[in-house]
Amino acid sequence: MLLTKAALLIPVLLIVSLGTFMLVELVPGDPAAQVLGPNSTREDYDRIRIEMNLDQPLPSRYFDWLSDIVWHQDLGENLVPPVEPVSTRLWRAFPVNIELAVLALGMSLLVAIPVGVLSAHKPGSTLDRAVTASMFGMISVPSFLGGILLILVFASQWRLFPVGQWARLRDEGLATNLHHAFLPALTLAITETAVFARMVRNDMITTLQEDYILSAKAKGLPTRHILLREALRPSSFSLVTLAGVSLGRLIGGTVVVEALFALPGLGRVIVDGALTSDYKVVQGGVLFIAVSYVVLNLVVDLLYHVLDPRVADR
Amino acid sequence: MNTRGLAPGAITLVVGAVGLWTILGPLGHVQGLMKVPAVGLALAMMYRGYRLAGRATWGPNWDAMFWLSIVWLVCLVAGAAFAGALPLTEHVDITKTLSEPGNLRPDLLSRHPLGTNKFSLDLLARCLHGARVSLTTATVAVTFALVVGGLIGVTAGYVRGWFDRAIGVVTDSMLAFPALIFLVALAAVLGPPESVPEAVVKSGLALGVVGLPVMIRLARANTLVIARSEFVTASRVLGATRSRIMRTDLVPNVALPLMSYSFVLVAVLVIAEGSLAFLGLGLRQPNPSWGNMIAEGGLRTLTDDPHIALVPGSFMFLTVLSLNLVGERAMARWNPRESNL
Repeated sequence: MLLTKAALLIPVLLIVSLGTFMLVELVPGDPAAQVLGPNSTREDYDRIRIEMNLDQPLPSRYFDWLSDIVWHQDLGENLVPPVEPVSTRLWRAFPVNIELAVLALGMSLLVAIPVGVLSAHKPGSTLDRAVTASMFGMISVPSFLGGILLILVFASQWRLFPVGQWARLRDEGLATNLHHAFLPALTLAITETAVFARMVRNDMITTLQEDYILSAKAKGLPTRHILLREALRPSSFSLVTLAGVSLGRLIGGTVVVEALFALPGLGRVIVDGALTSDYKVVQGGVLFIAVSYVVLNLVVDLLYHVLDPRVADR
Repeated sequence: MNTRGLAPGAITLVVGAVGLWTILGPLGHVQGLMKVPAVGLALAMMYRGYRLAGRATWGPNWDAMFWLSIVWLVCLVAGAAFAGALPLTEHVDITKTLSEPGNLRPDLLSRHPLGTNKFSLDLLARCLHGARVSLTTATVAVTFALVVGGLIGVTAGYVRGWFDRAIGVVTDSMLAFPALIFLVALAAVLGPPESVPEAVVKSGLALGVVGLPVMIRLARANTLVIARSEFVTASRVLGATRSRIMRTDLVPNVALPLMSYSFVLVAVLVIAEGSLAFLGLGLRQPNPSWGNMIAEGGLRTLTDDPHIALVPGSFMFLTVLSLNLVGERAMARWNPRESNL
């Protein structure tokens, strides 16, 4: 079962890589001419064509590109100076995304689980209606709008948090780092919180109608015990699934927040590449994110098997 | 029908509206922290009155938020469609507004009810013209995703076999690209759009591709359910061909849940389009789109003149909220199964 799942990933990864490769082939005009600019000689042009493998046919270029990636983790070098391997640049940016994603996920779970449980405890109550309505509103806030509001309140009005800088964990220590990461992570957490809280609430409402909850009540167990120990546990599987999906979404979905808070993450690298037409960077970045998403999904599947052995039997 | 409550409702609505008008109109220039709760209170009063009056007229189960969303969407679409004919001030040509003061605050009684930007362009006019871009782009994209994705999904769900498996792998691969990253990459390859129609076509197609895998999955999932139902078996027993079953039994029944989901997808794509413009990869200034209006001026402007970002931001938020709400209600009614995508 698990092996089939992993084996199914191979065609997915192949299509992903092919899609990324073909994306660049869509560039209108001659990539070599685009790299050189208008003032170039014929020799330069021929040299760069060979350097970029443009004299080869398309399939062989794809396989060269792919084997470089698979065997040497080499995504090529960027076209716009300062020239360095694209992979270096991506690996440097990746920790920012990981940190933001994990922080945002943590924050949203911290809020969403209690809120969802309380909401499900008495469905239809004033609290439940208020929670449902505000979660619905939070889903509809685009991240750049939420971020702008947070900046307005916490950064320009109250000056609690810095905006427009990033403190690396290794250089400036944990406290400074968290201080800088808080607002962007909170921005990302807005939507995620709403998604999680809704899921926990709906899941719990179904669970609370089960017979074993009734028997727990009849035994006279305290409400807190019933809610947290008996009813929340079955929801943990959907929570893990959703957390995995959300982690994948967060790693690739921080583009806007990175732009808004001027953070040096993957999205920023890709957007900068896009704005300067440096398609080597764009290509590498897109592939990097897509592959990490696929791998993450596999890990979640694995975790699911560990948590609930029944899945493996199905 | 019980019409008690109509009068109190109407009175609450009017009092709230007058209160709001007073706060934003004659008292609009007064700055102070009390303004935000006061506006909130007036809006809450208006909503209470509106709901009371509505429930008195149409019965206790009348869905106030749903109809409010419909009203907002209708007004927005009408405003966007007739933006050229409305008595609005200049929205794009900065040479015409050189002599006017810029960065005007919203003042409902003035010529610029929602204020102006740095170049004295009217924000209301820009929001309505921006709505044209956002809504047309998203609608083009969703129509594309709905038709193409729906057909592929229905075929895959009914024919099954290798075609279904192949489509499954392709949709999985497409979903591996985060939507925005894909859009950024495509924007990088296609280059920045120069004109409004070009932006609509470019972003529309890109967004359509983003919506495609979700639509395929939804159509396939619904087809699987419907294909098992008795009336499909009955058709087959009566000797209907596979293509006839697909045309007359499956497509009409799958279309309804897909269309319900379309509202939500439009909302998602309005945000995506806005994000793209926000990043500087969509429609460029001075042509307005909600995303590039929100990004206008960057962090400096945000601190000094927050209304420049907040006015288009509110337009976007209200639109997305309304679309989500309408879509949610429609899905609750027409989706045979929970749409766990």
